[in-house]
Amino acid sequence: MSTPTKFVPQATPETQPYWDGTAARELRIQQCVPEQHTFFYPRTSCPTCGTEEVKWVTASGRARLHTYVISHRPAPGFTPPYVIAVVELEEGPRMMTNLVGIDPDPDLLELDMDLVVDFEARGEDISVPVFRPTGSKEAA
Amino acid sequence: MSDVVIMGAAETDQLGKLPDISTLELHLQSARSALRDAGLGIEDIDGIASVSAPGPVTIAHALGITPSWVDTTSVGGASFLFHVRHAVAAIRAGQANAVLITHGESGRSRVGAPPWAMAKDSLSGQFEFPFGVLGPPTTFSLPVMRFLKETGTTIEQLAEVAVAQRRWSSQNPRAMFQEEVSVQDVLDSRPVASPLTLLMCCLVTDGGGALVVTSREFAESRGTDHPLVSVLGTGECATTPMISQMADMTRCEQFEVSSRHALQEARLTTDDIDHLMIYDAFAHVPLFGLEDMGFVGRGEAGAFVADGHTSPGGSLPMNTNGGGLSYTHTGMYGMFAIQEAVRQLRGEAAAQVPDVSTSLVLGNGGMFMSAATLVLGNAAAA
Ligand SMILES: [Zn+2]
Repeated sequence: MSTPTKFVPQATPETQPYWDGTAARELRIQQCVPEQHTFFYPRTSCPTCGTEEVKWVTASGRARLHTYVISHRPAPGFTPPYVIAVVELEEGPRMMTNLVGIDPDPDLLELDMDLVVDFEARGEDISVPVFRPTGSKEAA
Repeated sequence: MSDVVIMGAAETDQLGKLPDISTLELHLQSARSALRDAGLGIEDIDGIASVSAPGPVTIAHALGITPSWVDTTSVGGASFLFHVRHAVAAIRAGQANAVLITHGESGRSRVGAPPWAMAKDSLSGQFEFPFGVLGPPTTFSLPVMRFLKETGTTIEQLAEVAVAQRRWSSQNPRAMFQEEVSVQDVLDSRPVASPLTLLMCCLVTDGGGALVVTSREFAESRGTDHPLVSVLGTGECATTPMISQMADMTRCEQFEVSSRHALQEARLTTDDIDHLMIYDAFAHVPLFGLEDMGFVGRGEAGAFVADGHTSPGGSLPMNTNGGGLSYTHTGMYGMFAIQEAVRQLRGEAAAQVPDVSTSLVLGNGGMFMSAATLVLGNAAAA
């Protein structure tokens, strides 16, 4: 019997640069050229001004804890309880993620606490961004 | 503008755990009951609306209807409110005369139900599913912590939503849960996605419901056994397919937009509403609804519910069937919220509120993805 593994996402042609970034341990987001509107998730036009002139930029990886839940449900590959969070990147956009390097304890999880990106391998070629408290130990 | 009415309304005979009835049959049973309720036959229906699976073509064909107007708007549990809004427009435009709107969902038993969509290359598949989300309890719950922090709402006030709705469901023999609970009972129930506990989460049931929407002129020419319910105003709005991309996780823009449009069309304000239904997939959703629609100010919803204003005998009776938390929740609950508003306006509800002439129904779709609002009224609202 095989151990259930965590969900493995799959890129589309438009999102491939993002996933190439995470595989290289870089968090790549997008910015429109005319107005420097920064956005996430990957798209082919700017959701603020509509221009198709968009470029990829590497995010600093610094973020703050915007909100979270402690899930008690056994998602495949996850051992409850674990933290599902939404973080706000230093550049502005928000994204869903998991918190690592911190216990799933409400007393430790303070909203707006400083976090930094880390990467978790999923299968052979894919890595997903996860976040840990600034100053905590990097994942192996 | 011509007056459009809900002429027929019915739910499946049974709700709850129905392993012997398929998804399609839940639609058909509801449809036939709504037609009987309206005193109409299949030959009277020229428009049909339902969500994408099993879909209006399948439902119409199975019933023996060849519709000349079809709506498959499929934007989650609010879809049936969208269908009512679209049917009103079609009837006013002369494109349809009598529209049948159906819901059926084998949410618990999953008989003849579509499989859960988990495409790895969908937006959710790439940017939400990898993080151990397992259905609505682990995603729809995400805004709660931020909402509590920014509005000063307490976890006890959040629990009061579930407490208030059990007060209503305790008067409703069709409700799945009828036993009253305390704030402590809610807080002590099993943690699901902390801070949410089991009793702050909706039920998962099987069931269905249907509506017949027509012009008042047609309905009065045919005559009915039940009072007609007027559709006084409607609104709709959609924002994000992923909850992590809400513009503000403590406000639901589509609740504000859809209700503002509905109230404007009805030429009413929140003060004129006697009875309220807010889609309650989870306990925090009615708090968002009360604030975003302007029934109370920012940060006031928790205390408003805790003080009993939405409970039996309160100033703003809300979710009087017991809601998705205690009555039934098949997955796309919006149809049941409309049904309860119709019963209240007809004077036929299990927990009937005295002197109801107007009711507002707010439907939520997906995880704060879409919303539609209906303002309904009876003869006394004119
Ligand atoms: Zn731009």
